Amino acid sequence: MLFLICKRIGLGLITLFIVSLITFIGVEVLPGDACTAYLEREAFGAQLEACIKRLGLDIPSYERYISWAYNAIQGNFGYSLSGQMPITEVLGPRVKNSLILASAAIIIGIPTALILGIITALWRDKFPDIIISTIAIFSMTIPEFISATLLILVVAIWLEWLPGIVIVSTDATFLELLPNIILPVIAIAMIMTAHMARMVRSSVIQVMASDYVQMAILKGVPYWKMVFKHVLPNALLPAINVVALTIAWLLGGVVVTEVVFNYPGLGRLVIESISNRDLPVVQALAIILASIYVSINLIADLMTLMLNPRLKSMQIRK
Amino acid sequence: MEINKEDKKNIINKISEVLITMASKPSGFIGLAILIFHVILAISSPWFVPYDYKAINPSLMLQAPSADFWFGTDSLGRDVFTRTALGGRTALVVTFFGSLIALLWGGLLGIFCGLVGGKIDDVVMRIVDAFLSIPWILAMLLIVSLLGTTTEVLIPALGFFYGKGIVRVARAATHDVIAKDYILSAKARGHNNLSIIWNEILPNVRDAILVEGAMRWSWMLLGFSSLSFLGFGVSPPTPDWGLMISNARGLMSFAWWAVIAPIVGLSSLIIGINLTADAFAKALGIDRSTKAPV
Repeated sequence: MLFLICKRIGLGLITLFIVSLITFIGVEVLPGDACTAYLEREAFGAQLEACIKRLGLDIPSYERYISWAYNAIQGNFGYSLSGQMPITEVLGPRVKNSLILASAAIIIGIPTALILGIITALWRDKFPDIIISTIAIFSMTIPEFISATLLILVVAIWLEWLPGIVIVSTDATFLELLPNIILPVIAIAMIMTAHMARMVRSSVIQVMASDYVQMAILKGVPYWKMVFKHVLPNALLPAINVVALTIAWLLGGVVVTEVVFNYPGLGRLVIESISNRDLPVVQALAIILASIYVSINLIADLMTLMLNPRLKSMQIRK
Repeated sequence: MEINKEDKKNIINKISEVLITMASKPSGFIGLAILIFHVILAISSPWFVPYDYKAINPSLMLQAPSADFWFGTDSLGRDVFTRTALGGRTALVVTFFGSLIALLWGGLLGIFCGLVGGKIDDVVMRIVDAFLSIPWILAMLLIVSLLGTTTEVLIPALGFFYGKGIVRVARAATHDVIAKDYILSAKARGHNNLSIIWNEILPNVRDAILVEGAMRWSWMLLGFSSLSFLGFGVSPPTPDWGLMISNARGLMSFAWWAVIAPIVGLSSLIIGINLTADAFAKALGIDRSTKAPV
């Protein structure tokens, strides 16, 4: 068991290492470097040389990779080009804002998805299932920027219930964010809920059709007791991994949603840093987003391992 | 399971059989109908649109829908109906060929990894995992901001990035097949790897890979239009739904029609492709409902 956990963590770290290599090489093969991007038209002669010296671009690239990686592990990503601030300072408030957005969406999304998934599975092909599943398919397939734009149009412009665009500074407190954050959270939670509810639904349906549930029905176990005691624990276990993958996949959608609502989070920073060709920030963002992805998957893997008695005993026998 | 000449004749029969199965359910029928409608629209629209899509006319700015301008006009006085009718052409072509590329390289690499196994398989899968963990939007934005946003860049870039998920599916499908007796017997008969892949493995993993490719098509359309929306996709004045929504969004409190028309166009195409892909998977007997969208 311990060996398995260590192995999973090790694999995650290898993945991160390859990601860092890919982004470093990617940035390296691009035409131009940090100095030409920063100095723009003045990138020649003594000024260029001084800049190259200052940023250490004259050192061979593998040595630069090692020192960059060494610093990055300690949480130091160097300096951004546009603002000339340490990247950690640029990232800090953005990470906080995105975390607020994401956790609010997850806190609303997961319970809703569970309830909707179970309802649709238990009333399969009946009226509630048809309605909920149709809505779920719509919100799953329509791009994030369309559902976000429609939300703004209906709720903010036509009904005038909530502000449609977030106008707060990057380091706003939670209370300042509160009325602004409702629509972005709904936009993200809607898509997430739809994906997860669909998975919970099919997982519950599968378990309901299994032999031991049929046996329980024959034995005369009361319906709701059977659902909560036998069906749900077995149905939700395989869903954990898929839910984690879905959350990680939605990182891309969060970027778009943040842009639509003008929300000062990591996603908008992605767009800003790429438009400004702020390569050190892009590098740092790639590593951070990849770490989030890897750790979400790792947590899901470990949770599945902990909760699944069969996997545990299999490991011991091995 | 060797494909011989008679089987090849039957492929056409099989395709029509699958299509009939797909259309026999309401969701599959609606999906196919929407998809066919969009393909016909994309092919025929240049001949029937009433106005020039790039003709700017300041005196006709933000006109509400009327008999002259069925869907109104946008902030530059361009006809929204014309631009909406033309807006799916680039998206359809880019994502269709992008999915084909994704299907090809993802499928072949996956089969190869599943067949070879061992160290090579480990290394390739690590790299695929690493690529999977970079959010697609960051990678795509980087590529297009460096290489430009022409279709020659977008098709292979999208094809590459959406193919990595297919590698996993193809590899898993190959793993299921490879332990079967007919592979062993083909090996015993002395067939080489290439002939085993072509004659034994491909016919058996083909369905799974095709279904993945169909699903990728709708995700790729989503990715492509998101790029356009963010200003990193096709460049103006080319009519494109993502770009149109992004341009008209700022003025939607006065001119909602300029946003709604491209939204309806894009959403219906994505839903159509998605329903078709779902029906396709069901017709081939593959359950995708418990899979994550990766």
